[in-house]
Amino acid sequence: MTPLGTLPPPPPYLGIPQRRPQQPPLSLLCDPDAVELTGPVFGPADVDPADADLTRQHPGEPIGERITVAGRVTDRRGRPVRGQLVELWQANAAGRYAHPDDRHPAPLDPNFTGAGRCLTDDEGRYRFVTIRPGAYPLDGRSDVWRPAHLHFSLFGTAFAQRLVTQMYFPGDPLLAHDSIAHAVPEPAALARLVAAYDPALNVPGHALGHRWDIVLDGPAATWTEGSHR
Amino acid sequence: MTPGTPSQTAGPFFGAALPFPGGGDLAPAGHPEAVVLHGYVLDGEGAPVPEALLEFWQPAPDGSRAGAPGSLRRDGVTFTGFARVATRGDGHYALRTLPPGGVPYLAVCLHLRGLQRHLFTRAYLAAPADDPLLAAVPEERRATLLAVREPDGHRAYRFDVRLRGPGETVFLTM
Repeated sequence: MTPLGTLPPPPPYLGIPQRRPQQPPLSLLCDPDAVELTGPVFGPADVDPADADLTRQHPGEPIGERITVAGRVTDRRGRPVRGQLVELWQANAAGRYAHPDDRHPAPLDPNFTGAGRCLTDDEGRYRFVTIRPGAYPLDGRSDVWRPAHLHFSLFGTAFAQRLVTQMYFPGDPLLAHDSIAHAVPEPAALARLVAAYDPALNVPGHALGHRWDIVLDGPAATWTEGSHR
Repeated sequence: MTPGTPSQTAGPFFGAALPFPGGGDLAPAGHPEAVVLHGYVLDGEGAPVPEALLEFWQPAPDGSRAGAPGSLRRDGVTFTGFARVATRGDGHYALRTLPPGGVPYLAVCLHLRGLQRHLFTRAYLAAPADDPLLAAVPEERRATLLAVREPDGHRAYRFDVRLRGPGETVFLTM
């Protein structure tokens, strides 16, 4: 029997071949005045505070283990990303998305839609209350199961910092077998997609706390200060 | 510097979470200068890509890049600079906007199932000779970034995205 931790990593997810560009991308560094160095702004007009609690979007309470997920969004220099939009989507506790294309024959939860959004505060902090999603088989029926995960969408101060990614849960045995997670080849980088249990973020008697900090890459960190507008 | 958080595929189910009503209504309702930008997202076999999500960021007509809140719940008046539209089953998207000030293009970010990471490109409404990005694009690929004015009287531009193969759109990296 192969001891845990020495399993060969699964083949990395390559995506849908006919959708994958063949030409190398062109660097925007040739355009120091690029619009992509700035980005959209969001505010209280965009987000209702209730949007950050996915357990209170319906008359009844969803099934599942209640969790909080919170952390800081910063750039690579550690500067907080303030007042920016964070979006979250996920499966329900049984591993089923409230999406018509999800064919996994697990029950839908009438009290859970699985979509939320919030704004970061002046320190770059975000916080969601939700339920821990279930694992589910790829394509709804195969024997390859995706680890529990939350999908995140983030904006930085520059459009070029846009990030869509997935957060995983600590100690999940499925993570070592997941091709999609292993599209990130370096173990240290993959580890940055895994949240930490943080009792300081618990809601006593109600929800387990998870901390996940997010670092936005892109021109705000890697371009010289002089190139900023 | 701290390493960045890696990107992961958006997967097949973002369509129930990210699109919002009025996402493509960037121009205030009834604005006389409004233009329509529309087109198709096509894969390497020329097949339309349904439920692709296109995001647009652009300066206001006066050239301001400050943006304004309110894209997700538009008030019908404010120009926010940000749009988000999904393609329908036939791969078609459309937005209504105002021409950007100071630059001839809209920045585009494309999310779709089957990609590990989103794609950036630009939709140019005009092609000035001194544009530094267009100048860096090989001439035979430049047209992939140019929106084409529709011949009829409407103020409409056609901009298709070809993900792969002949006529592959020029994608950008930061």
